[in-house]
Amino acid sequence: MSIFEYAPAPESRAIVDIKGSYGLFVNGEFTDGHGTPFKTVNPATEEVLAEVAEADASDVDAAVKAARKAYDKVWGPMPGRERAKYLYRIARILQERAREISVLETIDNGKPIKESRDVDVPTAAAFFFYYAGWADKLEHSGYGSTPLGVAGQVIPWNFPLLMLAWKIAPALACGNTVVLKPAETTPLTALLFAEICQQADLPPGVVNIITGAGATGETLVGHPGIDKVAFTGSTGVGKAIARTVAGSDKKITLELGGKAANIVFDDAPMDQAIEGIVNGIFFNQGHVCCAGSRLLVQESVADEVLERLKRRMSTLRLGDPLDKNTDVGAINSAAQLARIHELSDVGEAEGAGRWSPECELPANGFWFPPTVFTGVSQAHRIAREEIFGPVLSVLTFRTPSEAVEKANNTPYGLSAGIWTDKGSRILDIAGRLRAGVVWANTFNKFDPTSPFGGYKESGYGREGGRHGLAAYLKGADA
Amino acid sequence: MPTTPTTEAPAATAAGSAPGGDFSDVTRSDASLRRFLHGLPGVDQVGADARAASLGTRSIKTTAKAQALDLAIRMVDLTTLEGADTDGKVRALASKAVRPDPADPTCPSVAAVCVYGDLAATARQTLGDSGVHVAAVATAFPSGRASREIKLADTRDAVAAGADEIDMVIDRGAFLSGRYLEVFEEIVAVKEACGPAHLKVIFETGELQTYDNVRRASWLAMMAGGHFIKTSTGKTQPAATLPVTMIMLEAVRDWRAATGQMVGVKPAGGIRTAKDAIKYLVTVNEVAGPDWLDPDWFRFGASTLLNDLLMQRTKMRTGRYSGPDYFTLD
Repeated sequence: MSIFEYAPAPESRAIVDIKGSYGLFVNGEFTDGHGTPFKTVNPATEEVLAEVAEADASDVDAAVKAARKAYDKVWGPMPGRERAKYLYRIARILQERAREISVLETIDNGKPIKESRDVDVPTAAAFFFYYAGWADKLEHSGYGSTPLGVAGQVIPWNFPLLMLAWKIAPALACGNTVVLKPAETTPLTALLFAEICQQADLPPGVVNIITGAGATGETLVGHPGIDKVAFTGSTGVGKAIARTVAGSDKKITLELGGKAANIVFDDAPMDQAIEGIVNGIFFNQGHVCCAGSRLLVQESVADEVLERLKRRMSTLRLGDPLDKNTDVGAINSAAQLARIHELSDVGEAEGAGRWSPECELPANGFWFPPTVFTGVSQAHRIAREEIFGPVLSVLTFRTPSEAVEKANNTPYGLSAGIWTDKGSRILDIAGRLRAGVVWANTFNKFDPTSPFGGYKESGYGREGGRHGLAAYLKGADA
Repeated sequence: MPTTPTTEAPAATAAGSAPGGDFSDVTRSDASLRRFLHGLPGVDQVGADARAASLGTRSIKTTAKAQALDLAIRMVDLTTLEGADTDGKVRALASKAVRPDPADPTCPSVAAVCVYGDLAATARQTLGDSGVHVAAVATAFPSGRASREIKLADTRDAVAAGADEIDMVIDRGAFLSGRYLEVFEEIVAVKEACGPAHLKVIFETGELQTYDNVRRASWLAMMAGGHFIKTSTGKTQPAATLPVTMIMLEAVRDWRAATGQMVGVKPAGGIRTAKDAIKYLVTVNEVAGPDWLDPDWFRFGASTLLNDLLMQRTKMRTGRYSGPDYFTLD
């Protein structure tokens, strides 16, 4: 035994009360769905957590009608300064109940408690605070102050509450009402958020949460009663949604996949670059659309970077997501785990060198060790396709131009990272990268004041900051 | 996975370092030394602070906490460095160093007692063969503003009085004006004057200010043969901080990878609570590796820290907090 073995330090789950079954949240009330209820499980243990209602077409219709009525009668006409009060109230409740929400998010999603506690929940609250501030200042946004109407929003399972906040906060601040569908594997924090809407006395129908899988989402985005579609998720589904919406009057924003290049130059602050690489790909088990899944490292320092990276990866702690010392949690679902296995096996078959630190995976649940592939070329599938797991592909480059060329040589364009001590190089490279977000000497930093979104197959539209208002105001087209 | 393989390291070499620890080319002239130190990878302050803060969020409970508290006690250099120090004060401190908790014989001794050179003999007399070391500050501590001759005499004097560890200060003026060779040579000279005593090199990181400077000073002191690198005198604010200590731990880790030799690290000043001490141990564990979790390789320069460690230790064993009056004042 080591001299200093960290004892288990689990966060108590007693703080959260998970019900046996959950209904839909429509018009301010929880109602039964008319579809076939489904189960949501804890991916770390495969324990069934609750049964959740499925919204069928009639439920979607009821939710859209409730949202329309609330838009016409209450929320649309309400002055911005009054809407702001509700948003501030929601933000404060999110903070007050942060611990409860964090534990629930970790149980339903599999992410480490330190991430839900230190990133997801505080950032979600920050988005509500930020957009609450905009509600009475929309005439200074540059996009006018006229809302679109009813927004249909579909969000993914990787940051369930945070993605909800990214969608709902700006929509409400601008005077729209929403029907939101969380992912079928992670519906619980959205349903807890519904309770928070009740607690905040939000007028009925302003926020409606409907649960279900792909079919429910399809019905929602195809519903003629909505004015706007906002989607975050895979590029495949994004394309399908774009086809559904094409030819209608609906506005649309899509935030899709990514295959971000994290570029490390030979003059990088080395220890911090290693941290950035680790944070870029192993944060949230790599279930991050903007994950730095392609490491582009200058050949002259490639061996050193790899050596240091492996040493650092050996200190990552994988295990019980509720343990406060866990760095890498569970993969969200069996389906996602299968996809990660499949692409990793392809990587190996295509000749890339595979390495993972020694690490014991729990017997139950869905787990994948932090993995790095070396000797990867642009032609490898693991360098081109989004794996959405803790799998890093390492490529090398010789000159700054080659780095830019390789970084841009992907159908995606969501994010990128640059590591160098040279300020002029940061500015030069950032300007040549075709990615919506470029981080310099850091990675995976999210702030409500900063717009986020993609180029090419990573989607269109921006979320966050002043630019994020454009997605929910009529004047954006003018 | 938490158990880190630490022995298979090499490969990672700092920019331009010579294999096997031969740095004679580097230290040949001011120019070559400067080229080497400025060629070390930079430190991004924001990133370093963030990393240290995240290490500080580790939750150390139950058995791990009990282990950590005992380890931290064994790593304390119990310090008194006041103008008002007397033989009596040092004798009291030395007794406490041997038996920090008179009510509990299972409580380990601290690593060393740290005093001014003129009181080293007193400390030695009281400590006898207890195994607790006598550390003496020397070289015109804390400012280091004296001639080389005086600094060396100061050192020899302390060693002769029974100190087996010397805590020297570097010439920050020379360092900040870029006269690295002068700093290097002075450390070499002091080390020679130490004879068999171990040498700890104090940077006074609060005066060096930048993390890049801390990394350069670390390499400079290691090349000069220091057994320990130490953050601060405790006389300047800020004294030890977690990010600064982390950068020094990165330096000793990289030094071992390049040369195979281990160098110790001692944060000093400002670490007052058991909670803080545990954060440092986590950082040692995850940055340098578990090999450094030993009083031979990591020390806390502290005075008030010890009592908090003792209080927490008693709490772990009895389940109750005792008031401060149940622990000796020095």
